[in-house]
Amino acid sequence: MRCEKSGRIEVSNLCKRFHKAGKDPLQVLQNCTLTIEPGKLNVLIGPSGCGKSTLANILAGYDSPDSGEITIDGSPLKGPGTDRLMVFQETALWPWMTVMENVIFGPTVRGEMSKKEAREEATRILELVGLQDFKDKYPAQLSGGMQRRAELARALINRPKVMIMDEPFRGLDDLTRELMQEYYLKIFEKTNCTTLFITTELEEAIFLADRILIMTFLPGRIKTIIDVDLPRPRNYHVLTSKKYLQIKAEALEYLIEEGRKCFGEDCNIANTMVDEFRRQADNRH
Amino acid sequence: MSKTNISKDNSVANMFVKKEISFGKRLQKKLFNRTNINGTIAILGFFLIWHLLVVLRMPFMKHIPTPVTVLETFINLVTKKVYWVSLWFSTKRVFYGFVAAQVLGIPLGLAMGWSRKFKYLSFPVFEVLRPIPPLAWVPVSILFWPTNELSIAFITFIGAFFTIVLNVLRGVSSIDKELYRSALSLGAKPQHIFRKIILPASIPSIATGMMVGIGITWNVVIAAEMIAGDKGIGRLTWEGYLAGDTPTIIVGMISIGFAGWLSSGIVKIISDRMMPWRKLF
Repeated sequence: MRCEKSGRIEVSNLCKRFHKAGKDPLQVLQNCTLTIEPGKLNVLIGPSGCGKSTLANILAGYDSPDSGEITIDGSPLKGPGTDRLMVFQETALWPWMTVMENVIFGPTVRGEMSKKEAREEATRILELVGLQDFKDKYPAQLSGGMQRRAELARALINRPKVMIMDEPFRGLDDLTRELMQEYYLKIFEKTNCTTLFITTELEEAIFLADRILIMTFLPGRIKTIIDVDLPRPRNYHVLTSKKYLQIKAEALEYLIEEGRKCFGEDCNIANTMVDEFRRQADNRH
Repeated sequence: MSKTNISKDNSVANMFVKKEISFGKRLQKKLFNRTNINGTIAILGFFLIWHLLVVLRMPFMKHIPTPVTVLETFINLVTKKVYWVSLWFSTKRVFYGFVAAQVLGIPLGLAMGWSRKFKYLSFPVFEVLRPIPPLAWVPVSILFWPTNELSIAFITFIGAFFTIVLNVLRGVSSIDKELYRSALSLGAKPQHIFRKIILPASIPSIATGMMVGIGITWNVVIAAEMIAGDKGIGRLTWEGYLAGDTPTIIVGMISIGFAGWLSSGIVKIISDRMMPWRKLF
């Protein structure tokens, strides 16, 4: 099973601003321009709260930008669709359906496959993600790692052009997370499905990525792109290679700069509060 | 050859014996577990204290008969037709009111959760009617409905209706948006979203609404019978009071308690059946 080498997403000058009652509007994305290259594992990384999920929601079609253009393989993007499937931070499997029912949902509601065909296809894909023995279980009966894999299977059966993974391994314990990364990499190397993978973990980013897109802290845009030319197929040995360390050092420079901004703003707020407090104390004397 | 046969036979026999023992043990475990034993002790203790309080002539227990008298009255009543007829009538009223509340309330709750427009249209009326206690509906209900049966069933219906609607509405509005979103991405049309996402996702809140609702219907039916009914276990209890027959009052109360407990049990079984994914381990 291989995805087609398509799904080139071009994002240009994307802007998004959130309004909250009683607060200044928050400019989350400003002139955000990037390209998601087809057949590659594009990893988007940035400090938390920098607008990664907002970007992902816009790309998936759940949210609309204030301005800017997005095209997929040249045609403008509108609304949610099967060509771009999203795997969420927390599992979004439907708890009342078995793993099998979850996986065959897409093809059957679109009427593309009969139930029987969908089941056969689903069996193949569940084997790919190692869940063949769990197909009749309900999501709550699976471990966290299995749930994520089931969700992956639910997306893969639709042969999407692009997979959008929004911190899919968040909330898993360290060991499971590392195993999932390896497992996921194997699946990716088999399918070569165009992917936008969002994470806050640099090690995860380098281990998985073909290219790393580093995002600035608010307002969010792409700060720089680092190509990761570590050989594939990869295993955990790359984590100790010289090349890996070089890339890590380079990426860290950029990330820490942005991380400081995110930290510093809080400091400013704290400073203002302290000043205000002092002023009030002075007035009382 | 024959040797192996014998040993085979033995093993089969052993298996049987083993199974029998394990079944007996299982039954024993099921009956005499800590919950059941403690429960029995508590109930026996309750009756014992009650009995002692009456026998010791506590001033506040002046009008209360001993459990023994109540038991005698109970045995006496159980053999009479009027007791079973009363119980049957109350059960029937509860059943009709409860079922009508589910049949009308669940779709209404789903519709209010599904369409914002419909919610804005219907919710204000709903919120004004909701605080009116079911018993305040008694006079209007008697005037409106042609038969006494219908008016009592209607009051019972009112008792369960608002609870179920509110529960379903809250259930629908609290469905995680990721659950919708992933269905939308996968190409689901509104009818799929409704049938395969909203409906099953709201089953737990429907079940909660049913559990609360069945309790309320028993409350309401008894009160309604005391005010407006003929027949029914509430009426039986009230007539016991009018006749100064305290043991009958207490038998009535205990029967109501038991009937309510039994109906809750049935509703619990039904709601567990509705969501097999909840009962997993």
